[in-house]
Amino acid sequence: MSIKVYVPRDSSALSLGANQVAMAILVEAARRGASIDIVRNGSRGMFWLETLVEVATLDGRIAYGPVQPQDVHGLFESNFLYGGEHHLRLGLTEDLPFLKNQERLTFARVGITDPVSLVDYVAYDGYRGLKRALGMDGAGVVKQVTDSGLRGRGGAAFPTGIKWNTVLNTGAAQKYIVCNADEGDSGTYSDRMIMEGDPFVLIEGMTIAGIAVGATQGYIYLRSEYPHAYQVLKEAIAVATASNYLGQNILGSGKTFHLEVRRGAGAYVCGEETSLLESLEGKRGIVRFKPPLPAIQGLFGQPTIINNVISLASVPIILDRGGVFYRDYGMGRSRGTLPIQLAGNLKHCGLVEKAFGVTLRELLYDYGGGSASGRPIRAVQVGGPLGSYLPESQFDTPLDYEAFSSIWAVLGHGGIVAFDDTVDMAHMARYAMEFCAIESCGKCTPCRIGSTRGVEVMDKIIKGQDHAANIQLLRDLSDTMLNASLCALGGMTPYPVLSALNHFPQDFGLQKTQQAA
Amino acid sequence: MACNCGNGGCGTDYGTPARVSEKLVTLEIDGIEVTVPEGTSLMRAAAEVGVQIPKLCATDSLEPFGSCRLCIVEVEGRRGYPASCTTLADNGLKVSTQTPKLAEIRRGIMELYISDHPLDCLTCAANGNCELQDMAGAVGLREVRYGYEGENHLKAVKDESNPYFSYDSAKCIVCNRCVRACEETQGTFALTIDGRGFESRVSPGQMENFMDSECVSCGACVQACPTATLMEKSITLHGQPEHSVITTCAYCGVGCSFKAEMKGNQVVSMAPNKDGHANHGHSCVKGRFAWGYATHSDRITTPMIRDNISDPWREVSWEEAVAYAAKRLREIQAKYGKDAVGGITSSRCTNEETYLVQKLVRAAFGNNNVDTCARVCHSPTGYGLKQTLGESAGTQTFDSVMHADVILVIGANPTDGHPVFGSQMKRRLREGARLIVVDPRAIDLVKSPHVQADYHLKLRPGTNVAVANALAHVIVTENLTDEAFVAGRCEAQAYADWKEFVARPENSPEALEAASGVPAQLVREAARLYATGGNAAIYYGLGVTEHSQGSTMVLAIANLAMATGNIGREGVGVNPLRGQNNVQGSCDMGSFPHEFPGYRHVSDDAARGLFESAWGVKLDNEPGLRIPNMFEAALDGSYKGLYVEGEDIAQSDPNTQHVTAALEAMECVVVQDLFLNETAKFAHVFLPGSSFLEKNGTFTNAERRISPVRKVMPPLAGKEDWEITQMLSNALGYPMHYSHPSEIMDEIARLTPTFHGVSYAKIEQMGSVQWPCNEEAPQGTPIMHIEEFVRGKGKFFVTRYVPTDEKVTQKFPLILTTGRILSHYNVGAQTRRTANTAWHPEDVLEIHPHDAEERGIKDGDWVGIQSRAGETVLHARITERMQPGVVYTTFHHPFSGANVITTDNSDWATNCPEYKVTAVQVMKVTQPSEWQQRYRQFSEKQQELLQQREMMKAQ
Repeated sequence: MSIKVYVPRDSSALSLGANQVAMAILVEAARRGASIDIVRNGSRGMFWLETLVEVATLDGRIAYGPVQPQDVHGLFESNFLYGGEHHLRLGLTEDLPFLKNQERLTFARVGITDPVSLVDYVAYDGYRGLKRALGMDGAGVVKQVTDSGLRGRGGAAFPTGIKWNTVLNTGAAQKYIVCNADEGDSGTYSDRMIMEGDPFVLIEGMTIAGIAVGATQGYIYLRSEYPHAYQVLKEAIAVATASNYLGQNILGSGKTFHLEVRRGAGAYVCGEETSLLESLEGKRGIVRFKPPLPAIQGLFGQPTIINNVISLASVPIILDRGGVFYRDYGMGRSRGTLPIQLAGNLKHCGLVEKAFGVTLRELLYDYGGGSASGRPIRAVQVGGPLGSYLPESQFDTPLDYEAFSSIWAVLGHGGIVAFDDTVDMAHMARYAMEFCAIESCGKCTPCRIGSTRGVEVMDKIIKGQDHAANIQLLRDLSDTMLNASLCALGGMTPYPVLSALNHFPQDFGLQKTQQAA
Repeated sequence: MACNCGNGGCGTDYGTPARVSEKLVTLEIDGIEVTVPEGTSLMRAAAEVGVQIPKLCATDSLEPFGSCRLCIVEVEGRRGYPASCTTLADNGLKVSTQTPKLAEIRRGIMELYISDHPLDCLTCAANGNCELQDMAGAVGLREVRYGYEGENHLKAVKDESNPYFSYDSAKCIVCNRCVRACEETQGTFALTIDGRGFESRVSPGQMENFMDSECVSCGACVQACPTATLMEKSITLHGQPEHSVITTCAYCGVGCSFKAEMKGNQVVSMAPNKDGHANHGHSCVKGRFAWGYATHSDRITTPMIRDNISDPWREVSWEEAVAYAAKRLREIQAKYGKDAVGGITSSRCTNEETYLVQKLVRAAFGNNNVDTCARVCHSPTGYGLKQTLGESAGTQTFDSVMHADVILVIGANPTDGHPVFGSQMKRRLREGARLIVVDPRAIDLVKSPHVQADYHLKLRPGTNVAVANALAHVIVTENLTDEAFVAGRCEAQAYADWKEFVARPENSPEALEAASGVPAQLVREAARLYATGGNAAIYYGLGVTEHSQGSTMVLAIANLAMATGNIGREGVGVNPLRGQNNVQGSCDMGSFPHEFPGYRHVSDDAARGLFESAWGVKLDNEPGLRIPNMFEAALDGSYKGLYVEGEDIAQSDPNTQHVTAALEAMECVVVQDLFLNETAKFAHVFLPGSSFLEKNGTFTNAERRISPVRKVMPPLAGKEDWEITQMLSNALGYPMHYSHPSEIMDEIARLTPTFHGVSYAKIEQMGSVQWPCNEEAPQGTPIMHIEEFVRGKGKFFVTRYVPTDEKVTQKFPLILTTGRILSHYNVGAQTRRTANTAWHPEDVLEIHPHDAEERGIKDGDWVGIQSRAGETVLHARITERMQPGVVYTTFHHPFSGANVITTDNSDWATNCPEYKVTAVQVMKVTQPSEWQQRYRQFSEKQQELLQQREMMKAQ
């Protein structure tokens, strides 16, 4: 019987040489006549340990990492196929402290299974949610989602059940399920990890959504920068279709759901749901005004559920274990778990799925291990490039939509980017404006012109030109963008700008006391 | 009617289009209660009660877009600042449009706008009519703190490629109004936004210039632009207008309403009238821009006479010219009999003018030798619809198309020939209506952005009736008829006869496939769609009428509509698309030799008695000569004098050499026109006419809509056309004493039952009115035949397909068919004297690659086109629009000689010429045809004779 060796196919592992490692293991095993079976699993989400090689032993899966191709010979010499001792040996994977205390519901299988193996997926409780859903009526499925308290994980935190209910109750000959997989926020990667590491959970979630509201066609709008996710999704959709988990008369239920992956063309703003729909329709990706809501007039003018990858991927477990099970995680109105992505200047960057309520400080220090540089962490940006910067004084804030909202910050998609004390927050504010200028679709005036003027005003502030007047102009401009932009791109750019200005006035050449309200 | 607002138009811009809903909602805006239909925007609701919310990207001709953000408001109980253009009114809302916070945000937005906008207001062409300027004032912008050193577009290069308007990207505020107008209003999709973010710029095509792009120069973008970005060059030249006058376009049968924007007597712009019932604020390149011919230097403004056509012209006074014409016409009558003279009026004349011409012929000449150019276009429509339905007119309004589910276009090319209606049709097609096109060519409608025909029946020219019979065969044999409708509304026996006839195997699509070239299956599917697809409307043009079986085809069309119950309500009907502005009107006015105004036969004693007593003369009870009969009679020597008003028979009528021979055979040809046209080169008296800008009157469009034509400038030659006809009549001894065209209309109304309710006062009050307008329908009749047909019961006619005599042979193996193009109008006398020639400098021969290859013809080669009637030479354009075996050209340029080739064949019932089918051979040549060389010589000679009048004047 051959020994199972796990080498991730996740992009983060690939970028660190996982393919070369896998090849070296194959070559070395062949040379030694060792019978092995390499499984290309997803990533466990501990990027500092990639390439993380695991070996299945009688005691469980033993992890080695970070493995480089030149380490392979030594690993074989150390008899790693049987869990042998080696300086890269980390012990049982499930006992690693980074993983041990996580609450992986959505990510339950990621890193464990072969992403494109339907057998694996089913063996690890996959498609139980769909089977339960097929036994319910649409309203029953929607009720489970509503009961779970699930809120949009893309960042807007809109209750998923309410959205689904609207689509359910809007009559139309054709409805659609659209998955927003245009994961463009800096410091975020949970969508990619799910799609590369457990695509069936997304497929199952979308199928359940389709069955619940009567949509027969689904689209995954995938950013073009995710070629590996594209491959995995294509493979998984083909497998699911061949096994009648997709297509007509799913599992003999009489229900139909077709799924297709469509790739974006590199525009950040196409992660905004209405411009995503425009792009999916083959038009320029510019923002639509709302209402009408996509739930009523979405793709091609038809009722459409448009949800983020993580929202949809959380649905199978909700259906499998029940809405109440999921709702029992979390705090306040933030129910369930959030896959948090640690990035930036941290020792241990990676994915942490925890119930809401964990504090920033726990994440930065207990999981992240503090800064990579060893210098004090001065600021973190939570929720992507449009999220606020938080100073050390706010690190005890629990991850909770309302708690963040109360300090003029956002959780967004759960990305956390840490900066040490060498950061210049004025430059970060300028960068926020620049990001908006580069990515603006150009439809609404505050964003189209305001972002470019914002960069210019920041340049003047940094140069110290008409300092007080330009600080005031920056505040006025931020107010205009905040209140008058058509979508969140222009409307939230003031978050990083003003939070930087308010929390770190000295970087803008101001004394703390000079800061305005 | 004049407006002095100085804004280039008056009336409120409500910001977003009106919505129709039975449900009303009531809300409060700035404390004022307002009730509006559900679906109305807050912005429009506010405007309804006079509350103007600042806006830039919104205008009520376009769907809301929500980009400028100036129109934000506060709504009690709602977070943030919703845009009022995209937020819908709802019961109980309390909306504030002016608060300190809103003022602050709006100033912030305006400051951003102006930070990337030139500050040349005082020298800007839009000064006085700039919404950006207005809004800067409205929001109280006082400074731009960003300075002007930052990124900007101020140095962008202006695109001057379009002859009529410029595109100055530096002034663009990226409101997308032009892009949206091109999409929503015009349906061409030529414009887009290039780039994103700050780089966003309006772009014709993919960064082409306007002329090289797909832009059709309809002007919708110029109309929509709130700044000087898209600016009409005539406004740049003359400045903003100071008053405007509502009038009606003198081009095609759509009859668009325009505001002539004036500075004194100078037209500065022709702006489409938002309140126009036929066009709703839209226009095409002709009506919008091609009005410069009215003051072109070729205009002749002094009467001229000569004894022979080889003599130089002599300028004379009006009195002398008219007396000379009267004298010579009377001499001819004295010498050859009273029937030796006649008159031709034109579909380009007003109703009143045409009425006077036929009155002059009937009352002063004393015969019925009057005809109109409708003879050569829609006479079969008049005949066929009168026979079947009882009225010689289309059955619908244009707006009816918005309720059609299936649109059947036969032998018409609306996007070129009737562009504004074409745009409306395309809008309906984009909304989901299905489309069947019956045409030998792949016209634009067959496939254009977001529009595609479900079925294109690409028939061989001349086989319309075969295709119509095959469609009817399928409908009857597959039991798709509306028996209840027919039983209640139509004559039973005629229906039974027709049914039996079309059901015969010889009329099956399979049997007729060989003749028509249309696959039987396609015909079957199209027939099923027409009969069962919901409201089905037929639109047809000269591709139906200009055939030897033109009248048969009109009967066949009416049969189809009646058999399927597609008549008598909105969304259906039989709709002839009239070629010229007043085809309908000129027919209504009794310009045919056999009919008095209102389509009453001259042999009808009661009708004749009415006119005899009104006009105080005895009238002839025998129909007079039709145009082709006049030519025949002239060549026979029995017809010697002709009065032609506004029509250029030497260019527009078929078999040119036959026509010119007939003109040469006449002793006195009196031409009343703007220019020394082709016919005038054979004339003895030239009476300088007035353009539509120089006179009062009315035009009646294809939907029977009588619209006002208003004098916006004095006639260049001093007289309106009706005055000239009146002078001639008086000189002939038949007195006419009208002081204004309204008096002529009053007479028409008195004598014509369908016009009893029409008056200038009513038109003034309603804007326009659709006849019948009388005691029964005081507000006019948008849709006809609702309860019953005008003739009582609708009547089916058996329509046997008879192939034309114009057969292809080895010697003439191709079929030539003719048509029109967007940028030109009819004989081109007007449009050739405008910058429209930039799009179409010459007529070309369209030929399929296969036919070209066989003949060794390359794109752009000179090719000779020879028919049994004559030969001409054109440049070839190789295109797959054509089917093999069929070639196509237009007749907008006289030198092209398209009608040198067309033959004397004509419709069996009305003599409408068979322009659409001429057997020809095409071959490569190296020089113009013999006819063209002779034409050039003759034309040059006539120009010299015209020039000599100047020298004589100098002496």
